[in-house]
Parts: sequence; C-alpha cells; structure tokens
Amino acid sequence: MPDLILSTHGLDAHYGDFQALYGLDLALSTGDVVAIIGANGAGKTTLLRSIAGLLRNRADAIRFRGRPIGALRADRIAATGIALVPEGRQLFPSLSVEENLLIGGRVKRPGPWSLSKIYALFPVLEERRHQPSTTLSGGQQQMVAIGRALMSNPDLILFDEISLGLAPIIIRDIYTALPDIIGEGMSALIVEQDITKALSVSSRVYCLQEGRISLEGACGEITRAEISRAYFGME
Amino acid sequence: MEWINAVVQGTLLGGLYALFAAGLSLIFGVMRLVNIAHGDLIVLAAYLGLTTTVMLGVHPLAALLLVVPAMAGIGYALQRVVLNQTLGGDILPPLLVTFGLSVILQNALLEGYTADPQKMNAGSLETASFALGPLTLGALPVLTFAVAVGVIGGLQWLFYRTPLGRAFRATSDNQDIAQLMGLNKAHVFGLAMALALAVTAIAGIFLGIRTSFDPSIGGGRLIFGFEAVIIGGLGNLWGTLAGGVILGVAQTVGAVINPGWQLLAGHIVFLVILAIRPNGLFPRVSG
Repeated sequence: MPDLILSTHGLDAHYGDFQALYGLDLALSTGDVVAIIGANGAGKTTLLRSIAGLLRNRADAIRFRGRPIGALRADRIAATGIALVPEGRQLFPSLSVEENLLIGGRVKRPGPWSLSKIYALFPVLEERRHQPSTTLSGGQQQMVAIGRALMSNPDLILFDEISLGLAPIIIRDIYTALPDIIGEGMSALIVEQDITKALSVSSRVYCLQEGRISLEGACGEITRAEISRAYFGME
Repeated sequence: MEWINAVVQGTLLGGLYALFAAGLSLIFGVMRLVNIAHGDLIVLAAYLGLTTTVMLGVHPLAALLLVVPAMAGIGYALQRVVLNQTLGGDILPPLLVTFGLSVILQNALLEGYTADPQKMNAGSLETASFALGPLTLGALPVLTFAVAVGVIGGLQWLFYRTPLGRAFRATSDNQDIAQLMGLNKAHVFGLAMALALAVTAIAGIFLGIRTSFDPSIGGGRLIFGFEAVIIGGLGNLWGTLAGGVILGVAQTVGAVINPGWQLLAGHIVFLVILAIRPNGLFPRVSG
C-alpha cells in the first residue's frame, strides 16, 4: 500500500441535532485523485468541510500524512497543506481578482504555484486582474477559485462541485485542465454530481448515500449498475 | 462673513468628529460589531493622556506615543478575551456586552479620577491662531482636521493597499472562506479592534486638549461618531470624514442662527439625511 496522505477514521459530522456523516472510513494515497459522488444531501460537502476544518471533529477522526488534524482550526489546516475550492466559488467580493489570488497565497507554503503561473494557466485572469471578482463570468470566477486554492501550494486539494452552474463548454475546459493542475505530487478529492466527469479524472471513487459510504473501488472496476444502486439506494 | 466663518469652523470641528467616528466605522466594517462603549473608550484615552502628561510632565501630543500603543493593546485584549465570544449570527450579544462595558468604564473612571472636569494643557497650541484672509483659524482645530485627514487617508491606504487590509476585507466578506486562506479570524478581529482603539486614542487626546472632559461625556461622543458614520455611509472611510464635516458644519451654522440650536441642528441634519438616504450619502463601494 502506498503512503496515505489522508485518511478518515469513523468520521461523524453534525449540524446541531442533525447527523450528516456516520462513521466514514476513507483513504487517499499520495498523488491519487479520488472522486466522491452521491446525490444531493448525501454529505459530500460536509465531508470536505470537515477535512478543511470548517467543521471540527475528534482529533484522530482525520489524519493528514499520519498527523491527527480533526480538531484543528481551518486556518491551521490550510497551513499544513490542504486547500478547498468551495462549492459556488465563494470569491471575496470586496477583493479584486488579483487580491483574491494573493490572499490564497498568504500561507506562504513553498511550491511551484505563483501569481505568474496562475496567469499562465488562465491568461484571461491577468487581463482582468484589477477588476472586482464579482464582475467575472461564472467560469472565470471558477478559475479564480481554483487559482486561489493553488496559490497556497497545497499537497491535497479539495474540489467541491466545480462544474455547478457552469456552461458545458466551460466544464469541459476546466476538466481538460484538471490533470495539469493537479500535476505531480498533489493529491485531490473531487466532489461532483456529474459522475462521468468525476470518474474521467479519478482513479478511485467513493459513493456516499445519506452520510454513509455505499460503494468504493477503483474507477475501472466499478460498473454503472453498481453506481446507480449505490447512488440511489435502489435495486 | 459670519456664515462663511461658521462653515469653516464647522468643517474643522468635523475633523474631530471624524476621529470619533473612524474607529466605529472600521470595526463595523470589518466585523459588523456596533460598539456602544466607543465613546467611553475615547474618554478613557483622554484620561490615559492626562495621566501621562501629569506623571511624565510631557506635552499631550507627546503622550500619544504612549497612549496609542496602550489603547491598541487594550483593544486587542478586549477583542480576544471578551468581544470575540459575542460575535455570531445575532447582533444583540455584542450590543449588550459593549453597553455593559460602557457602564463599567464610566464607573471605573469615576472611581479613579472623580467626577471633576479635567483638561489637558497643551500650552500655546491651544490659543495659537493665524489669519486666512478675513477669517481667523485656530491652530488646534486646523491640526485636528489635518490629523483626521491623515488618519482616514492612512486607514484607506491600509485597507486597500496592504496585505493586512486585504485580510480585513476578506474576513469581513466571508469568515469561513477567510479561515481557509489561513487567516485566524479571532486574531484578525483582534488586530481590527487594536487599530480602531489606536485611532480612538488620537481622538481622545485631541478631545482632551480641546475641551474639558469628565467620565460621563462618552455617550455624547458616541452619538456624534455614530451620526458621522451613518451620514457618510457605513463602511466608507472618506464618507465618514464627510459625515463628520457635515455634522460639524450643521452644528456651527445652527449655533449662528441661535446659540441654543447647536446640538439640535446637528441631530436634525442627521435625521433628515437618514430619512432621505437611509444608507448614507456615500454607501460602501469596493476598492
């Protein structure tokens, strides 16, 4: 078994009295890209928010490179090398495009990504660097959100529904760029409702259903029928 | 000529009101916190300045070197230890806690300094004046106004041109996502309050040179500060300066019409602007 970069151990999550995740055991090897699929409300976003530290947990419920991080604050987790591209992009409206990218780089981890590398990857962002981020199209905003996460030079990047609300042609562009973005050494968790897209860039997949893992395996070995069953919970 | 003089003197007075208001504007802009104790913190700064000048025998402006860092430290500690616990979805807890803080500050100052009015002695600065055409301008009001412009300009630069300002704006926009950028919001809020109280220290010293003060006057300074912030538009620093000037001019012009109308005229102008432009004259615009 190759080195694990991330693992969860009986991970629960609650919103008040509502329990969103039930004892999840996940594992992600270094350099791997893993897809998390599942219907609305299955707990995918909750899982990413837990890993990123926006929901606190038992310390040993989440391990990152062997270190328990479940109880750390989100800003500490960012510093250890996990970045989240949040659902709905969530750029900072009072910041310009460039400022959104710069603030992503404030954890100052060493690595290949810099402002000029992001502009080389998404040239349109350099043209619009001084505009407020709210004036960009949805696809361009997604580029900023991805660039903002990359600027911290994370070892693990979490993508939450990056195709949501975007035109199909933009989605295709982003997924074409994704293997280059993730590149060498970086690991990724991709949460996606578009199963075909998710499986096309991943090596392993977990399917969540009502807060539990209903299916896991290598992308090549799982059949469509198994996915439908795990996704909808029906025979 | 009397009218022109009133407008000019009112504009200069507005500089002091802008100093009262800048700290309020800043902390509301960053963390949506309405600080009821702001006026009492201004008075606290004035008393700290008084103690410094009396004990060390220095000029009140030199006391700024000690009072500004002291107030900034108080601000950081206050935010981390007390006010951060009150922030959340509900606006009521911070209002109640800062109201309680206001009561505590007033009584502590009363205990420590008695109710006797005090004043800081700035020597010749208080009486110096110079002629500008037919008008006579006091050196202290001109200096106060210049400092207010400098403070607002400095805050504006800090907010829009520095990494710290970027962190303030990002945290104000979205606290969760700011945490994901490695920003500890408790620390960012602490820094914002430290900065706000550093400005409050400047306001308190200039207040204490200009007029006599006692522990009970904080509430009135809070009202002037609030009115300046709201006239100018929440979260807009240059708007806050404009709001202070409008309030100051309204008061001095009101006083020319009838000496008893000074404060009333300011409040009326505030209410009229609030009725016509509920978001203030210059609502927040981005960068």
